[in-house]
Amino acid sequence: MLVLGIETSTSQTTVALGSEQGIIAATVLSTGKMNHEVVMPNITHLLRWAEVPISSIGGVAVGLGPGLFTGMRVGITTAKTLAQILHVPIAGLASLDVVAFSVRYSRRLICAALDAKRGELFYAFYRPVPGGITRQTDFDVGSPSRLTAELEARPEDVLLVGNAGLVYRRELEEAGKHVEFASAAYSFPAATALVELAIPRFMREDFDRVYDLKPYYVRKSDAEIAWDKRRRTG
Amino acid sequence: MRVLGIETSCDETAVAVVEDGRKILANLISSQAHLHEKFGGVVPEVASRAHLESINPLITMAMVEAGMWVADIDAVAVTVGPGLVGALLVGIAAAKAVAVALSVPFIGINHLEGHIYANVLTNGPIDEPYVCFLVSGGHTMLVHVPEPHLYELLGQTLDDAAGEAFDKVARFIGLGFPGGPALDRLAQTGDPEAIRFPRAAIDRGYDFSLSGLKTAVVRYVRDERAHVREPAPEDIAASFQEAVVEVQVTKTLAAAADKGVRTIVLGGGVVANSRLRSLMAKGAEERGFELLIPPPELCTDNGAMIASAGYYRLQRGERTELDVGASPGLPLQAPTSERDPA
Repeated sequence: MLVLGIETSTSQTTVALGSEQGIIAATVLSTGKMNHEVVMPNITHLLRWAEVPISSIGGVAVGLGPGLFTGMRVGITTAKTLAQILHVPIAGLASLDVVAFSVRYSRRLICAALDAKRGELFYAFYRPVPGGITRQTDFDVGSPSRLTAELEARPEDVLLVGNAGLVYRRELEEAGKHVEFASAAYSFPAATALVELAIPRFMREDFDRVYDLKPYYVRKSDAEIAWDKRRRTG
Repeated sequence: MRVLGIETSCDETAVAVVEDGRKILANLISSQAHLHEKFGGVVPEVASRAHLESINPLITMAMVEAGMWVADIDAVAVTVGPGLVGALLVGIAAAKAVAVALSVPFIGINHLEGHIYANVLTNGPIDEPYVCFLVSGGHTMLVHVPEPHLYELLGQTLDDAAGEAFDKVARFIGLGFPGGPALDRLAQTGDPEAIRFPRAAIDRGYDFSLSGLKTAVVRYVRDERAHVREPAPEDIAASFQEAVVEVQVTKTLAAAADKGVRTIVLGGGVVANSRLRSLMAKGAEERGFELLIPPPELCTDNGAMIASAGYYRLQRGERTELDVGASPGLPLQAPTSERDPA
């Protein structure tokens, strides 16, 4: 079964095509030009290079964040609409799960953390298990100092993965020597890992409903935050 | 040719199917006004979130309404600007996916051109040259159209768009959001001559200015209250509306005469305003211009107008590249597509 994976919840746009036998093709693009939106051109290039007609796609996997709102929406809308029009199943996976999945061979506790902009990061903790990872906490959003405090409080060794580790390295390092930073190569949720993670879901027919699928926003919009604050104080 | 039209530039998710540029097979709009009401205006992030949730069911519903399969779609047209970036991108992503999944032509359309094509849906192709007055929540502009898809800007607002000013004054006199339609209804019971508000920017060529008028309304109400008089909201609404519309009609008629055209075309959400429609109709008749006004339901944002504009551009062999993004400040004159070299 051929699965198209779309992951756009960070500053990196990445798409991949793969099956149970492995990845066939993938593209990664980190440079975004204003007024250009490259998710669909990436997909059409991928299909052309792989010499795969779009009609042979059997399922669409998409990263649901948490991540950058506008980017997520482009990838998720693209994935949902392709699934809808091609009449194929769709599976949405958390982008933090994808990041943690890439370092699943570690024995340590994994903290996946992605830059949420505005001085905050999205994060969650994972434990490696045979064949993958399990998420230990809900997705959270907070300042680097909050995550540093959480890391500090963990008695065991932690592997920190994700681009927040690049952006907030200095602050997060203060958590202590028991926190190791994964290499920059694992900083972004990879569409290849997304496809790999999604295939077992397609195999057991654990699909999502196209109409219901939406991003993990975790953070409310600024207007809603301001509104809540007014209501509480007013 | 059946064109799917998608429009998500502001707070309406809209999907339509139009056959041969004129025949509306489906024209569905999911309004988010209720989501923005408590904020007193459109919140971009709230709008984008709602578009993502509405667009896919709306495409399915449009197919049901049109009595067709998605495979029967021959081309896809989508608004690429102007508008809210995050909101536009949801529609653009969906439109590209439909076009690629079906291997059909894709075309990006300027939202403002869409408003002009609302007239084509009703009356068929417009004979150029004509002068168009575009007026909506975000725009107030006078445009000369000498030939198809060629737009020459004559003038525009220097500050507030008309729809914006309507909403602000509506809020000031205690009407909810969106205030434009409510103000129009209230004005119908008031006296347009009750208060003589200034005719703003009447001397500034074809440009418009409404911030001074807005301030005049606020000052008037404060003065009245300072004298312990409570001004009648319906009179304020009617008099304010009169001051806005009178300038719009005067300038549009002058531009049409100046450019020597026979036809005046209106487009945009504020064209649903009853006073604008009646005063413009009266003025055009007196001066011997043909006036084209879309029906109120096609004045507000919709997908059919985008599909119609898309059809006529596609007929000229135009296409848009799949890497097109959102252009929040896209001018009407800017190209959104290219002639296919093939």
